Amino acid sequence: MTGSIVSLGTIDILIIAFYFALVLGIGFYLKRFTKTGDDFFMAGRKMTSWIAGLSFLAANLGALELMGWSAAAYQYGILATHWYWIGAIPAMLFLAIIMMPFYYISKTHSVPGYLQMRYGNASRALSAVSFGFMTVLMSGINMYSMALVMKVVLGWDIHFSIWVSSVTVAIYVTLGGLLSAIFNEVLQFVLIWAGALLIPIIGMIEAGGWHKMVLKIQANFAGLDLTHLWRSIGSFQGNVMGIHWTGIVFGLGFVISFGYWTTDFLVVQRVLSAKDLRAAKMAPIIGAGFKMMVPFIVILPGLLALAVMPGLVGESQAVATGGHSYNEVLPLMLARYAGPGLLGLGITALIAGFMSGMAGNVSAFATVWTYDIYKPLRKSVTDAHLVKVGRWATVLGVIISIGTAYLVMQFASIMDYVQALFSFFIAPLLATVLFGMLWKRATAAAGFWGLLAGTLSSIGMWVWVKLDPRALAVIAFSPNAKAMSENMYRALWSCCIAALVTIVVSFLTKPKPESELVGLVRGCTELPSEGDYKLYQRPIFWAGIVLACLIALNVVFW
Amino acid sequence: MEFKNAISIWFFIGIVLVVYGTFIFGAGIYGLIVPPAKPVVLNELHAGVWWGAILLAAGILYVVKFNPKKKKD
Repeated sequence: MTGSIVSLGTIDILIIAFYFALVLGIGFYLKRFTKTGDDFFMAGRKMTSWIAGLSFLAANLGALELMGWSAAAYQYGILATHWYWIGAIPAMLFLAIIMMPFYYISKTHSVPGYLQMRYGNASRALSAVSFGFMTVLMSGINMYSMALVMKVVLGWDIHFSIWVSSVTVAIYVTLGGLLSAIFNEVLQFVLIWAGALLIPIIGMIEAGGWHKMVLKIQANFAGLDLTHLWRSIGSFQGNVMGIHWTGIVFGLGFVISFGYWTTDFLVVQRVLSAKDLRAAKMAPIIGAGFKMMVPFIVILPGLLALAVMPGLVGESQAVATGGHSYNEVLPLMLARYAGPGLLGLGITALIAGFMSGMAGNVSAFATVWTYDIYKPLRKSVTDAHLVKVGRWATVLGVIISIGTAYLVMQFASIMDYVQALFSFFIAPLLATVLFGMLWKRATAAAGFWGLLAGTLSSIGMWVWVKLDPRALAVIAFSPNAKAMSENMYRALWSCCIAALVTIVVSFLTKPKPESELVGLVRGCTELPSEGDYKLYQRPIFWAGIVLACLIALNVVFW
Repeated sequence: MEFKNAISIWFFIGIVLVVYGTFIFGAGIYGLIVPPAKPVVLNELHAGVWWGAILLAAGILYVVKFNPKKKKD
């Protein structure tokens, strides 16, 4: 246990042990409610908007989220908040109001399942295989990140962390399927807030309030604007991220954000579990409301550390000098303020965040594997057989994730490519799904070729920059662009290429008759009226409130 | 058994908040009586005491409101 950031007392160990016992207990308890395929893969489609909404958000609060964005806030200042506000909220509201009716009315089990109904088998197979690959890879990387954090923070053995967390997730997801994953995600969401909220509260008291915190940051990092959202991104050189506002608005705010929040099945699956269409529309709006507040427990600790704990450095420099890296900023702040008991709760919050992300990946993988990869290969299968396959797929997903975690351990540079995966598979998928839902002229061939062209072009651009770094100036419009900026522009290009190919191929091929597009495409589908609901019960009303708050926050922190 | 008869997720959350609130409040009170050898920054705020009490109160509220026995009655 030497060399760790914190050391746990008996009370802290008890808190962590109770958490593991409880999540396993919930898994065993919920097994009795998961008899059918709908129960196991879609949580019976009986979730309220609050449960589906919190789970929708919690599935995203994974390893790279809590630790990574606190570190990003230390590195890039308040600019990291863009990933929570413009980089999430508009997309979540768009999913709720525009896209959810088609996902929900079509009764699809998955996003690849929607593509099958809209475009046919080829698009389904391509997106299912790419999603499956991306998901288990992400899950393994999350697992390795967690084990690494536990090693640095607590001095725990890396193999112990990997096996304990993965076996726990495997047990509770195998037993209760999506229902168990959702229950635990909501529990984890509450724990994350209970464990992490104290850091910004005490941090603010130490810093003397927002204004004094800003003055301290300016004194510690003279010449850098780390506390304004928009003022410094008028040029590539004016900010520490090397990004321009066009990249934030179009790359992040549109392609990256819309791609993730509207087509990544990991999060969409949670909303599909809602009990009715209104709950399915409200769930992402509730998620968006809470998403706006996440920077207070993730970004604010990073900013507070800039004020009260200057001197943290990059990973390589930390290794060379024996100092602390800004990647450890969240546990360092936790160790700074949290005494016995609170420390255990904070560490439990971190573990809960890691496990909710892993469970999200594994349950989504099991669904796509069963419905979109395994089932199409069989002529006829019973519902009970699919549940059995789903349980085995969960175990398989965890085993592959463990394998990936060990692979990452051997080749740590794989971590640098995580964000690139997103631009490979999700950004082009956005164009395919959007055209599928909103343009009835889009044809089956166009869906497939658009998706394939977008994916291959994204991989091609990535390889191009690796082989010739000068290509960065072409793809990201600046040779100074950092990895985040490069990913954003690559995602934007691949989405545009997928859209262009979809349009061209659509005009060259024959569209489906409108009768086959009912329930799948806007203009061919009669949507249920919300006229019977009072104004405050309508999703559009709450979407407007959330949007107004988003605008206000951006103005306040301009 | 139908899912509608399942124990509410909010009840489980109440349980966890009661347990954690009790642990943290207890540890906070102990810290008041026996000051720690290596105090954290702003230890004088005794965050464990009031944060533990808040968690405990919220937990009791949830356990009572979403008690499965109450639902069956």
